[in-house]
Amino acid sequence: MSLIDDEVAQQLKDQLEVLKNEVTLAFFTQEFECESCQTAHQFLEEFADLSDTINLEVYDLQKDSDKAEEYNVDNIPATVLLDQNKEYQGLRFFGIPAGYEINSFVNALKLVSGVEPELDDAIQNEISNLDKEVHLQVFVTLQCPYCPEAVETAQKLAFANQKITADMIDSSIFHHLAVKYDVSGVPKTVINETEEIVGAQPAKEFLTAIKNS
Amino acid sequence: MDLNFNLKPSEEGETDYKTVALESNQVYDVLIIGGGPAGLTAAVYCMRKGVNTALVADEIGGQVSSTTEIENYMGYMYIEGDELVEKFEDQVKQFEIAYQEGSKVTSIKNGEIKEITLENGNTYQAKSVIVAAGKSSRKLNCPGEDKLIGKGVAYCAICDAPLYKDKDVVIVGGGNSAVEAAIDLAKIANDVTLLEIEDHLNADQILIDRLNEFDNVNILLEHSVQEIQGESKVENIVIENHQQNINKEITAQGIFIEIGWIPNTNFVKDTLELNDYNEIKVDCKCRTNQEGIFAAGDITNVPFKQIIIASGEGAKAALSACDYVLKS
Repeated sequence: MSLIDDEVAQQLKDQLEVLKNEVTLAFFTQEFECESCQTAHQFLEEFADLSDTINLEVYDLQKDSDKAEEYNVDNIPATVLLDQNKEYQGLRFFGIPAGYEINSFVNALKLVSGVEPELDDAIQNEISNLDKEVHLQVFVTLQCPYCPEAVETAQKLAFANQKITADMIDSSIFHHLAVKYDVSGVPKTVINETEEIVGAQPAKEFLTAIKNS
Repeated sequence: MDLNFNLKPSEEGETDYKTVALESNQVYDVLIIGGGPAGLTAAVYCMRKGVNTALVADEIGGQVSSTTEIENYMGYMYIEGDELVEKFEDQVKQFEIAYQEGSKVTSIKNGEIKEITLENGNTYQAKSVIVAAGKSSRKLNCPGEDKLIGKGVAYCAICDAPLYKDKDVVIVGGGNSAVEAAIDLAKIANDVTLLEIEDHLNADQILIDRLNEFDNVNILLEHSVQEIQGESKVENIVIENHQQNINKEITAQGIFIEIGWIPNTNFVKDTLELNDYNEIKVDCKCRTNQEGIFAAGDITNVPFKQIIIASGEGAKAALSACDYVLKS
């Protein structure tokens, strides 16, 4: 049985028509797939079929450790988005981008395929000139209507600067991470392990937290 | 695993949306503030009447967006909140209505032509205004609440419930949203304590029956929260038993506050007459005390806050406003 029903598939097809260049989804799983890995795998296969511009590559966390290292993937299921030149842009999804997160996933694909992001010029300028490694971990649940906004903001910033990585992390699947970072309300964004943002805050707040981190 | 895709309609306009941007140099016939059932219904009625209409909304859907299940909106035996919002939105955006989302209104200046100001400083003009800005979650206002928001103090049960797997949680409130939150959490959490200040629950019996099916739920009537304790996260809740006048501490990692809503009337408190609950006073035609300013939905003193009632009031306010515009 398919995960994406016909009605949603059609809506997704319509929305994916704006994709400009090819996008590759690098999916990390393992030989004996965990339940959520299996679901994520099936979801991505169905999703990649919705548009000719989307390619899916499946990697094994152990066997393809070189690839996993390249994108710094140490948890599965994980999906890394690559642009038309298969360049990594710092956008990753840990878990299954379903529920409300289907929106941030579509948004991330648009970004990586070359659709102009809506970002304030001043912020765009400041973020692209920032010279430090930044890791944004956005914790979400799939039932949270406010969460995609936080993921989208973080990923816009990551896309604007090669040194920034922005992850969506499903707190229900990566329970250990949610516990480690004391996530008791979503969305919560952890920045370089030191700063945190609770709620879907504007890009300006993210920028301030990034500078403080 | 239920993936339940909640895909939002695309913003690129490749769907059949006909909305246009608001313009400062225009004088609209009706300007609607609010994107919940009242505001959206008013928009549809105004557009069908053919008056020049603008809609400014902070958030489309309002409280309906964070409602899981709706079983009392006629025409749907069962519909999810965001699904109903999407249907409302589609119905509004089929019109060439001046539309702006994501903006809060900070003031209304009354006069023959009314002027509204947004947070970003932009101002817009209209002959009449419908205020349908709804309500926001009410806080407990007890020690520890503000400090621990997002650290165990929660206001969105559907968002945060999955984080409380096998934990002990407290839900405050006895209305439909509190009981629904308790049901959602009873499926996931270890122990659920529902606290209600009155001597009975106000929720619909059908929901109370559903809650009573769980054996990990403890309902405490005539109890209230005195304090939320914890350093970096919620650890204890101090509760008061009003019958015996004694305080007790219960251990919990999360507290969900579902004690209703307060009207978003701060921006009109100097312009419009409010009642003791800070709701806008309206008459049976949705008229406020200022000529040409109407109000509808949960922000008004109309009793019973329900989606179907807010929608009906939105329709009434629109017809009254159109009437006012055509006669003036």
